[in-house]
Amino acid sequence: MANKSVVDFEAIKKDLANLPKPIQILDENSKVVDQAAFDSFSDDDLVEFMKKMVWERALHEQTMNFSRQGRMGFYAPTEGEEASEMGTVLAMKKQDYLLPAYRDLPQLIQHGATVTEAYLWSRGHVVGNEYNANAMMPQIIIGAAFDEAAGVGLGIKKNKEEDTIAFTYTGDGGTSQGDSYEGMNFAGAFQTPTLFIVQNNGFAISTPRHKQTAAPSLAQKAVAAGIPSVQVDGMDILACYTVAKAARDYIVAGNGPVMIETLTYRYGAHSSAGDDPSRYRTEEDVKPWHEKDPLIRLRKVLEDKGLWSDEQEDKLVEEYKNSFKDAIKEADAVAKDKVSDMLKRTFEIPTPELRKEIEKFEAKESKE
Amino acid sequence: MAKMTYIKAITDALDIMLEDDPKTLIFGEDVGKNGGVFRTTQGLQEKYGEDRVFDTPLAESGILGLATGLGVKGFRPIPEIQFMGFSFEAMDQIVGQEARMRFRFNGKQTSPVTIRTPYGGGTHTAEMHADNLENYFASTPGLRVVMPSNPYDAKGLLISSIENNDPVLFMENLKLYRSMKDDIPEGKYTVPLDKANVVQEGTDITIVAYGAEVNEAKKAAETLAKDGVSAEVIDLRTVSPIDTETIFKSIEKTHKVVIVQEAQKMAGVGATVASAIAEDAILSLDAPIGRVAAPNSVYPFAQAEDYWIPGADEIVEKANEILNY
Repeated sequence: MANKSVVDFEAIKKDLANLPKPIQILDENSKVVDQAAFDSFSDDDLVEFMKKMVWERALHEQTMNFSRQGRMGFYAPTEGEEASEMGTVLAMKKQDYLLPAYRDLPQLIQHGATVTEAYLWSRGHVVGNEYNANAMMPQIIIGAAFDEAAGVGLGIKKNKEEDTIAFTYTGDGGTSQGDSYEGMNFAGAFQTPTLFIVQNNGFAISTPRHKQTAAPSLAQKAVAAGIPSVQVDGMDILACYTVAKAARDYIVAGNGPVMIETLTYRYGAHSSAGDDPSRYRTEEDVKPWHEKDPLIRLRKVLEDKGLWSDEQEDKLVEEYKNSFKDAIKEADAVAKDKVSDMLKRTFEIPTPELRKEIEKFEAKESKE
Repeated sequence: MAKMTYIKAITDALDIMLEDDPKTLIFGEDVGKNGGVFRTTQGLQEKYGEDRVFDTPLAESGILGLATGLGVKGFRPIPEIQFMGFSFEAMDQIVGQEARMRFRFNGKQTSPVTIRTPYGGGTHTAEMHADNLENYFASTPGLRVVMPSNPYDAKGLLISSIENNDPVLFMENLKLYRSMKDDIPEGKYTVPLDKANVVQEGTDITIVAYGAEVNEAKKAAETLAKDGVSAEVIDLRTVSPIDTETIFKSIEKTHKVVIVQEAQKMAGVGATVASAIAEDAILSLDAPIGRVAAPNSVYPFAQAEDYWIPGADEIVEKANEILNY
């Protein structure tokens, strides 16, 4: 017989679901819900945030166009996640080290890679990974970056690099991989300067968040590693930025790692390569999230302040899209990666067997 | 010169490299205060401090992910996987991440990690402690797999591995840890990677082996010598990549070969040596290629280990079969 007076598991379970409200500054009707936090931004700041989100949406639209034209390789759509991606990455500094996942090309570009390089990465060209940025290439094994982010953080700590952190991204699905826990646990154990960001966009390809875990929040997953964590409205760029900035300040002060869960949504498919979201969700499921759209939300505030207009945005979008068209032309102009070059970069010094293969391929390539 | 066991030779190499390069770090389960479950890292934390030699939480993927991250931050990590069977937990970090770093970044970011791990049968350990897992890793482009067969090589190969700018899986044979002693020169010396060693010269048959099986091959050669057979024994030292040149040169002289490994027979180092000979040097032979390997079963529980692992007798038997072909 269960003895409730000794232990009441049901009460403990219920208590787990007793979550604090996700942090929000602008609600979905563009109403300021935290005036003091809102007032910390100048008009210029607000315009800058808007520009970044417009840039990311334009990047997405133009890249999808390229994809439909057969000019892209693997591409993971980002529409809907602009506040989460731009808000968090804008809190970072150049000296920070970024470990992105595959949906994080916009952050990688913000952190110093060029759009051309991002396109080359998508096409599977090594030049796409030779960017001038402190960053790993987008991680495909979604939990693995968490382990590595603990290591980069420990390296920063051992090097005594000032005002520098490691920051990494994964998604809701990524938190189910054991590596994400190992990474957070190591970061906690060594108190590394690492910021873990979980962009909870509702789906791991087709598997919804509620099938991923019984945990009431993904932020809670950091608790077991002794890491402070928080949920933030991932459709509110002001909240995403403010929380990421606060986390960075806290980490830089020597307090160890932090984890942020952004509550966001992927409007489109998992990837441009044949995923059909209508197989696993309805228009009705998606609609409420469009109503929370991060661009609409901030646009209203700016328009009320007389800081933004449709004409201004159209002009910007055109400007951005033209720059992406230039970028893909630049990518087109990069010579194809050669097998002989791939073989050369397997080891620092090619093995005798590889040398033979290199000669074989060089002979072939010289005839092409 | 000092007489040193295999394990002391490894400790000596680690000590030298911690002293030599301030960017080297040793970490893993119980490697700090406890000095490792085999005492391989004994005294190193005391001497170099917790900043350089430290314990980690018990999670192999975490340990090697830490190594990958430290590598991109300019360190030269020497993580330990406490027993090689535990490396399955870290397969992605070794094969999916570290081995690909140079390839991914065209050399702009690399993974100069040396993963040390004990393996090998004959000491009656618990399950998942003794398996010969080199075959899983030897097929990984971008990763070296080094398996010293004696204390002298262990020290020199470990120093070479740590100094190498690519990732190395350095496999330490459990049975050899305390059963072998060599004269070990003081201070730093290297034994080259990717080069096989002709342990003893001979004219009638070539025996190719690596790890603890090199000792079995030497014993077999002694037995064969009593019957007037002159066997050449080759120690691969590095099992990926394989130094085929040394093997081809030898069989050109002996025309006969037996390839020996402690691991199961299927799809591994011995099979690769055999296929290289078949492909590029078959005309040197005047008899079929002989192979001695463990049977294709799950690695045995401790009691059956001694019968399962191939020994000198099996090598002699196979050599005679080839010699009398």
